[in-house]
Amino acid sequence: MAKRSIPEVNAGSMADIAFLLLIFFLVTTTIEQDNGITRKLPRWETEDVIPPIIKKKNIFTVVVNKNDELLVEDERMELKDLRKAAIEFIDNGGGVSAEGEKCDYCQGARSAESSDHPSKAIIALKNERETSYSLYVSIQNELGAAYTELRNREAVRLYGAGNTFTAMNAIYKDPKVKDAALKEKLDTRLKKLKGMYTQFISEVPSKTN
Amino acid sequence: MAKFKKKKDGELPQASTAALPDIVFMLLFFFMTVTVMKDNSLMVENKLPEADDIEKLNRKNDRVMYIYAGKPVAGYEKFGEKAVLQLNDKIAQPSDLKQFIHAERALRAEEIIPFMVTALKVDRNANMGLVSDVKQELRKENMLKISYLSVKPATK
Repeated sequence: MAKRSIPEVNAGSMADIAFLLLIFFLVTTTIEQDNGITRKLPRWETEDVIPPIIKKKNIFTVVVNKNDELLVEDERMELKDLRKAAIEFIDNGGGVSAEGEKCDYCQGARSAESSDHPSKAIIALKNERETSYSLYVSIQNELGAAYTELRNREAVRLYGAGNTFTAMNAIYKDPKVKDAALKEKLDTRLKKLKGMYTQFISEVPSKTN
Repeated sequence: MAKFKKKKDGELPQASTAALPDIVFMLLFFFMTVTVMKDNSLMVENKLPEADDIEKLNRKNDRVMYIYAGKPVAGYEKFGEKAVLQLNDKIAQPSDLKQFIHAERALRAEEIIPFMVTALKVDRNANMGLVSDVKQELRKENMLKISYLSVKPATK
């Protein structure tokens, strides 16, 4: 018999197979990115600790009732005004810090009735069990944004336009950025800004029944 | 001298599809690398609340532990009308969290346990009672880093 030539393998259906795989992966996977408000919970204390005595003017009380109504510093308030009120409170700088230093970067009203120093200013948030989660997250968002806004302001003042706290934090947290020197520089800057406006959001436990 | 073959009129050469599989494979690999497998199906409603002061949560680094909560969806009405927790593939009570946290910790390397973040995927219509219970349990188990997952508002 004469030598037969080996027929070429038909690769026409290769594309179909690849498409099938592609569609399978498209269906079973998600591309979504999770975004969230990060907070740190207080440590669980087994024995009763005596809470430190804090001056009333250094506490900014935010109370939400079960009808989703907001009471800020004993006054009714709309959610949209919360951020401004929180900034005014944190940035007041009416007195001195625990170390006896004046807040030289604060741009607030320096009222004697409001907080002494950003390091002393505490936001106390109290909610009921029936409060809706969406409102709670909105409040946490507004309070967090108040700190972010102040940090951004100081970041631009210290490091120039474009170097906002948000932008630097995003670069610092990005796992793709491998530049160690840059990360270290950002770390010191971020720590400084966080030290200037440290976030104190304390939650008053709601009643258990 | 070489002769140039004159093309016959009106006959276009067939487009080669030989590179098509390569293109599709490229797409396939792209999707395989940028996406994550869906790990569980949701038995609860999960419309996240809106917020804009948010941070990205890197879910590929294995530090994130998810807790879902919301009203049971159609087909799971037997769990009631109120918002419930979903841990992995089960509807659970806040008292089950302890066991869940221990199981999640056992899955991870010891050195990353202190850096674990709890991502709360809670439906916007849930109430704070359930979330407070979850937070209490997390505090008891010393899982202090949490993240309230939310979405950016659609309109600015």
